[in-house]
Amino acid sequence: MSINKKIMWGLVAVLGAYAMSTIATYRGETINALWLITAALCIYAIAYRFYAAWIAAKVLVIDETRATPAERLDNGRDFIPTNKWIVFGHHFAAIAGPGPLVGPTLAAQFGYLPGTLWILVGAVLGGAVQDMVTLFLSMRRNGRSLGQMARDEIGVVGGSAALVGTFMIMIILIAVLGLVVVNAMKHSPWATSTVAATIPIAMLVGVYMRHIRPGRVLEASAIGVALLLFSVLAGGWVDHHETLRVWFDHDGLPLAYAIIVYGFAAAVLPVWLLLAPRDYLSTFMKLGTVLLLAVAIVILRPDIHMPAITQFTDGTGPIFGGKLFPFVFITIACGAISGFHALIASGTTPKLLSNERDIRMIGYGGMLLESFVAIMAMIAATVLEPGVFFAINSPAGVVGKEAIDAVAKINSWGFAVTVEQMEQLAKDMGESTLFARTGGAPSLAVGMASIFGSAFGKHLLALWYHFAIMFEAIFILTTLDAGTRVGRFMLQDMLGNFNKKLGETSYTPSVILTSSIVVAGWGYFLYIGVIDPNGGVNILWPLFGIANQMLAAIALSVATGILVKSGKLKYAWITALPLTWLVAITTAASYQKVFSEDVRVGFFAAANDLSTKLASGILPADKAAVAPQLIFNQHLDAYLTLFFVVVLWVVVIDMLRVTKRYIQGKPTLPVSETAYVKTNLLT
Amino acid sequence: MFKKLTQFWSAIRQLSGDDAYERYLQHHAEHHVETPPLTREAFFKQWQDGKWTGVKRCC
Repeated sequence: MSINKKIMWGLVAVLGAYAMSTIATYRGETINALWLITAALCIYAIAYRFYAAWIAAKVLVIDETRATPAERLDNGRDFIPTNKWIVFGHHFAAIAGPGPLVGPTLAAQFGYLPGTLWILVGAVLGGAVQDMVTLFLSMRRNGRSLGQMARDEIGVVGGSAALVGTFMIMIILIAVLGLVVVNAMKHSPWATSTVAATIPIAMLVGVYMRHIRPGRVLEASAIGVALLLFSVLAGGWVDHHETLRVWFDHDGLPLAYAIIVYGFAAAVLPVWLLLAPRDYLSTFMKLGTVLLLAVAIVILRPDIHMPAITQFTDGTGPIFGGKLFPFVFITIACGAISGFHALIASGTTPKLLSNERDIRMIGYGGMLLESFVAIMAMIAATVLEPGVFFAINSPAGVVGKEAIDAVAKINSWGFAVTVEQMEQLAKDMGESTLFARTGGAPSLAVGMASIFGSAFGKHLLALWYHFAIMFEAIFILTTLDAGTRVGRFMLQDMLGNFNKKLGETSYTPSVILTSSIVVAGWGYFLYIGVIDPNGGVNILWPLFGIANQMLAAIALSVATGILVKSGKLKYAWITALPLTWLVAITTAASYQKVFSEDVRVGFFAAANDLSTKLASGILPADKAAVAPQLIFNQHLDAYLTLFFVVVLWVVVIDMLRVTKRYIQGKPTLPVSETAYVKTNLLT
Repeated sequence: MFKKLTQFWSAIRQLSGDDAYERYLQHHAEHHVETPPLTREAFFKQWQDGKWTGVKRCC
């Protein structure tokens, strides 16, 4: 390294350390969001330049002269040597979904600091390492999936665990995302009509791409994006129209049923009609909006009003129950470390790499960018006045149904907010109310609308708000469509072991049967979430977090096992370290979710509490009516959590068994890396 | 400047799959001259179906 470069990196380090210490120690009323951005960018730069480069060179021993699967198996379809920027774009579009937006918003109840630290540290030492190492291992194995690698290298147990784990995550994830959309559309004719309009728009784009002008993807997408923007505008007209608005003004339950019917339709309809075009639109929207948000934050440099740390670290938070440890680490999965990424990093992406050296930028860099999205979501949530933030995100079951009660409760926590202020805000945003709009989407939309509004014109607040809602809804629905479909394929694959016919992906009865099972699975959790007076998100999101961290632990176990077997025991800590942390937080969180006496944390405690109240007849009639279902669900959730943590430990112990055998010199499953072939692509 | 814009445009085309058929024709001409290539419509159908089998989107 030249002396100039040394000086430059020294400056980056000093700036990063200074920004970091400012964030961590500053205790004034507000702090500028630019500090968070600066700290994040410096940390990412240093981690990428030094840690990731060191891992690539010393641990993985990247070999630029080695031909990648894309080169060796080039078939012009899935194996194609591709420019690294293009692969980066594909990879990022695949990994970054709604998760990094929702998690930080919910975790902001602890203040901006804990979530921000975890997003930065978790991504740099955990998530990005997991993504990069998994990408590397899969690339050296012709793009094999995580499940296959687990089976080949560790044993059958790990492979099955990865499969079952993925399926379960999918169910929980879709349910919670569905709930987020329902909560954003509840009694909002504007949001509901706009989200509904995305369906015919996607279909139109699909027909255009398939039949009118086959393969003209960009033309079709441009038309679609224009129509989407128009639908946001048109939603405002619907909202102001006396008769039309009634059609789109609904309770949570009918909206949930609509989403369930939609999900089923999306899973059985051909992909070209709905899923593929929706995905194009959501990808363009996602990249465009993230970019716009970054630009707006830099132009505007908004102040963060949330305290660094709130009193809710003691576990009494309104958005979800549970202490800072371990729940901040469970709530923010995507953005810090997301097990799901391992499925992408061991699927499509390794088949596109044209050179091994690209894995640092794509695996590690891709995750850093997702982490940055999470930081922006954290900023959008915390620029709101804390009183407003809690008014939007606290469920009615915690703060009360009436605005006046909710405000009094939030004021009693020391956060200023008034009924008039909330009414004005709702009016500005074109909504009837913003109280108890749980799930993170509405508060993120308010945050984004106020950032965009200040940067690009305040009179358009309602438009910005519904643009943000549309933006979140469109790629939540993409995840919902794609997830239901993947669940269907996995189920068909499993059933195919018992009945060959059921395993055929195009056999209609099997398609209908498996789609129904998957939709019924997430539909059930969505239904319970909607009828739950505490909003459901507080139950489902931690469950999703635990499941996602479990999958990350499986991926890191596989990676650690392979590193050890490849004779790299002394470097195995790069994956063993985040693995240990994940096992600790997942086990702690699961233990508390199952056994805690606190009714807001423990599933059994909550079920018992509700049973007692039901038996003594003190519940109001509407709550008593749904209580038996809620009690059943709490029990189910407890067993589900136990299942996740058992699967996690089984995989970890299996990995330790393999490691021990290797160290003792006993035979283990052979390392399944493909043989060296020299590349012809190097210029 | 103009060159940069063209590069940017071709990156967008490649990312979105807008030029997938042209790339396929090129691949076909290099590797499978003996068989006639698929029509644009048939290729796109196959390409899109292939793209959506498996885990393609995350959370």
